[in-house]
Amino acid sequence: MIEVRELRREFKVATSKGLRRNYKTVTAVDGVTFDVAAGEAVGYVGPNGAGKSTTIKMLTGILVPTSGHLTVNGVDPSKQRRDLARRIGVVFGQRSQLWWDLPLKDSFDLLRSIYRVSAQDHRARLDECVELLGLQETLQIPVRQLSLGQRMRGEITAALLHAPELLVLDEPTIGLDLESKERLREFLADLNTRRGTTLLLTTHDLDDIERLCPRLMVIDHGRVLADGPLDELRAEVTPERELVIDLREPGPAPDVPGVTAVRSEAGGLRHHLTFRRAETTAAQLITQVVRQVEVHDLAVVEPEIDDVIRKLYQRQLDQDAHR
Amino acid sequence: MLAGMTTNVVFGLLRVAILVAALRAANGEIADYDIAAANTYVWIGQGLLGFVLLWGTNELAERVRSGDVVVDLYRPWNLQGALLAEDVGRGGYALLTRLVPPMVFGMLLFPFQFPQNAVQWPLFGISALLALVISFGFRFLIDISSFWLLDNRGLYGFWNVSSGLLCGLTVPIAFFPGWARDVLWMTPFPAVLQAPIDVFLGHGDPWELLLLQAFWAVVMLGIGHVTLQRAMRKVVLQGG
Repeated sequence: MIEVRELRREFKVATSKGLRRNYKTVTAVDGVTFDVAAGEAVGYVGPNGAGKSTTIKMLTGILVPTSGHLTVNGVDPSKQRRDLARRIGVVFGQRSQLWWDLPLKDSFDLLRSIYRVSAQDHRARLDECVELLGLQETLQIPVRQLSLGQRMRGEITAALLHAPELLVLDEPTIGLDLESKERLREFLADLNTRRGTTLLLTTHDLDDIERLCPRLMVIDHGRVLADGPLDELRAEVTPERELVIDLREPGPAPDVPGVTAVRSEAGGLRHHLTFRRAETTAAQLITQVVRQVEVHDLAVVEPEIDDVIRKLYQRQLDQDAHR
Repeated sequence: MLAGMTTNVVFGLLRVAILVAALRAANGEIADYDIAAANTYVWIGQGLLGFVLLWGTNELAERVRSGDVVVDLYRPWNLQGALLAEDVGRGGYALLTRLVPPMVFGMLLFPFQFPQNAVQWPLFGISALLALVISFGFRFLIDISSFWLLDNRGLYGFWNVSSGLLCGLTVPIAFFPGWARDVLWMTPFPAVLQAPIDVFLGHGDPWELLLLQAFWAVVMLGIGHVTLQRAMRKVVLQGG
């Protein structure tokens, strides 16, 4: 579906110092290589300025790469932008493709003409999106009067009316409340599993990834730091897991070989223990612990996805420092 | 809409007053314009002003500035063509609300010079439409200059100030000194306003004027097309 090889994009940025204006070249995307197969759902994450949006603009053909090779749906996006646009959908979380002053429905009608969709197909797809996203009440309301959550659901519908094989979402959940986010995620997950629509999404909300994307790509300074299933990345970067035990009576942490007591809370009632998952299993550990102390409750905590990504950044910084 | 019409008519009255005073001082005629022709010139000019939209909104430039233009650029359309279609549609509405009212106002209340030949009416229609396309061509170029300038308000302001004089809104281009007149007719400016007025008044050969306008319409759209292509190849798109 997407094939990217050694993709680079440079920008000239003006820096002024007094009256002199200098230009320096900034490399926004610096030799990125990846593939996305049809039907995948891929999360593309990285800090601000990492090169995510630049990559997406190149994928949709509105920016021309400085160098490198890029095909989407078998075509070169910047050369066949219009053909490609008919087959992919794009949602920019911070931009709107709806007509601000027109009712939502009129925007959809205009898009039908722009994408040359037959009236029947349009009807069927619109009905489905309206039903699943609960847009019935909002169709006649001008876009400017919609809430952000309603508008985003409108934006997603707008991107799907021409039944794209690939849906690219640039920060689709930005600014939404929890319920709106959840609703959107549910819809997108369904779209991916049931309809087989390929998803590529950038986000700062790592719950989006956890919920939607079996595969995660981490990018920073224009380079891919990591690419793989979330679970694998997690195991690779944070090999330690945490066991939290609540004791019946306050007491010292149990002493088990290979386990570090990180900290205790509530005057010795609760202890946090970390262990390496390569050396022992949670089950073994628990058996040993309950032999030593009387346990009221316990929980095994997976590392937070934020931690995983923070560690990935850190690892890259360390590598750079060693060079 | 009503406010726009009122403003339009008030300015028309002012322009008529000044022009007629000038004509009286010159014994009733300057360069092919008598009192009736001058009135007709003013009221048609007032109507065309809104129809061809000489002074646009700079909206596209703002979208370039904010980066929202990415949305316009990834759609499966030719952006220039789509915007032209939108502008012609706007012209259809402006025909009823901006072009016809001041013309009727002038016809009913002032000495008015109707076309001598019935064919001038449809020719005026075609000429006005071509003028709209050329005006669009100017506005489009000014808008997309913001790809390079980032802030095109200077150019936009300069256009708003100078276009009236160059296109023949302030005074008829026939009033200019001979050399200035000749130079101006070599530019696309008179094709935006003076040309359709001349077709209506029967000043000069209408077919020649239409041909000139068609030429400039093609040239302006061509320049706009090439410029947009270059903008997309070369230039930074703003924002994350």
